[in-house]
Amino acid sequence: MSTVALTHSIQKGEFFLDVDTEIPAAGITGIFGESGSGKTTLLRCIAGLEGPTGTEPVHKRRIGFVFQEPQLFAHLNVRKNIEYGMRRNPQAGNSLAEVARLLEVENLLDRSTKELSGGEAQRVSIARVLCQSPRLILMDEPLSALDERRRNEVLPYLDRLHSETSVPIIYVSHNIDEICRLSDHLLVLDGGKIVAEGELQNTLARIDVPQLGGRNAGAVINATQRRYDSEFDLTLFEFSGGEVWVPGRHESSAVRLRVSASNISITRVPAETSTILNILPAVIEATAMETTATALVQLRLGDELLVARITRRSLQQLQLGVGEQVYAQVKSVTVRR
Amino acid sequence: MDLAPLWLSARLALTATAVLIVLGTPLAWWLSQTRSKWQPVVQAIVAMPIVLPPTVLGFYLLLLLGPNGAIGSFWVSVTGDALTFSFTGLVIASCVYSLPFAIQPMQNAFEALPRKNLEAAWTLGASRLDTFFSVAAPLSLRGFISAMVLAFAHTLGEFGVVLMVGGNIPNKTRVISIAIYDHVEMLDYAAAHKLSLALIVFAFVALFSMFLLNRRWYSR
Repeated sequence: MSTVALTHSIQKGEFFLDVDTEIPAAGITGIFGESGSGKTTLLRCIAGLEGPTGTEPVHKRRIGFVFQEPQLFAHLNVRKNIEYGMRRNPQAGNSLAEVARLLEVENLLDRSTKELSGGEAQRVSIARVLCQSPRLILMDEPLSALDERRRNEVLPYLDRLHSETSVPIIYVSHNIDEICRLSDHLLVLDGGKIVAEGELQNTLARIDVPQLGGRNAGAVINATQRRYDSEFDLTLFEFSGGEVWVPGRHESSAVRLRVSASNISITRVPAETSTILNILPAVIEATAMETTATALVQLRLGDELLVARITRRSLQQLQLGVGEQVYAQVKSVTVRR
Repeated sequence: MDLAPLWLSARLALTATAVLIVLGTPLAWWLSQTRSKWQPVVQAIVAMPIVLPPTVLGFYLLLLLGPNGAIGSFWVSVTGDALTFSFTGLVIASCVYSLPFAIQPMQNAFEALPRKNLEAAWTLGASRLDTFFSVAAPLSLRGFISAMVLAFAHTLGEFGVVLMVGGNIPNKTRVISIAIYDHVEMLDYAAAHKLSLALIVFAFVALFSMFLLNRRWYSR
């Protein structure tokens, strides 16, 4: 598989960014990290907005950049905004009509940028970037300036982008849910350095990376929809490690399920009379201390990995060791795409 | 009534304004974008005409533009004419005198441009120059208009600098403020009234139409 090399080091006062890696030249690579971890600086280096002078000028790189705020040009209407990059990249392959359809901005084309909602404006800015036919698209927390409702309004378009374009995308976020939903590959950044990287699911399920602990701890599994139980309004999903019931009706056949570590408990004997619907056999892959009171346990279910948070006391009392057969009680699952 | 001084003033103000916008824009842009340690120095020099009495400014300009001055002697060697007591000399002097009034509104407008908006243009494939003309300048329209209004109005009202550099030559350097001064000196108050009123009306109409245009453009 072809890759994109990311080699950037830059000193900014006390802060030192030092990244040297390769990412797949397809799909979405998520860059996750707390604020100040260097995510944005890394993106700006890739675009040429920061870093050593004398390298290729920004405007010749054909690297699209979606900012936190849409950064539309106020003196141009929506159509002219979208055409801005297109005109300056004559080799452009994406047509305005195609892109406008993909992001459903056809009806906005003749509007002034002042008449757009936050979500619409961000969709226009993504359309503008697509129309320049970039070799690579960088997205710097494109949803963080939007409220919850607007964010959910834009997310489906990012899913669509993922399935319908072949341009590699680097997506920076401090929101683990967005990362889980969108990315295929993950880089975790802290203090300007990569602390974990790799294919999304295996990387997320790592329990030895503090940045992926705490409220971010959890895993993602791929599943397929089996049936919908209309009596109780539950949908059954199947994955290589078993079946799970998820509340509500979900139509899409292939989904990503996000299981947060705090929503899994472990038992040695499957409870016969539990309110928890999903009790699945699992094998302990690894354990790690998280805090003085809690531990994280990595579980294997079929081909998938899950992470459970339990107390250190339970770990000791149940004498849970690597390789042992246990049951994972999955309390809640969110469908991500 | 002899309105020649009024037209001469208008011609001078228009020429100086045009020169200031053309030459002042790159300077204002540099002042707004640079991180050079020389920026405050240049900034201070540009602001000097605001605080200096016009006579001081006029005095040094007279020396500089005179046939023995650095600029004046060069001008004589190239064109054969002297810069002092000529219309061209007045234009140069007016440009210096009104420089801060043109630079500051443009600079303020450029500084108010969101940096990321310019960066967006670069990442979309626009060079620095292209970005200036396609994004920065249109978004700074108000700054340009303010600069024009202020430079024009300030040049129209100048007196001390003109007197020092231009003197009082009819149809060449006898601008309206000098003509009015002349009339008052000769106790011809009626003529002074007429010219003063003409200047008041002219200045009002000129400023009013520019502000009106400004509003139209902005609300568009």
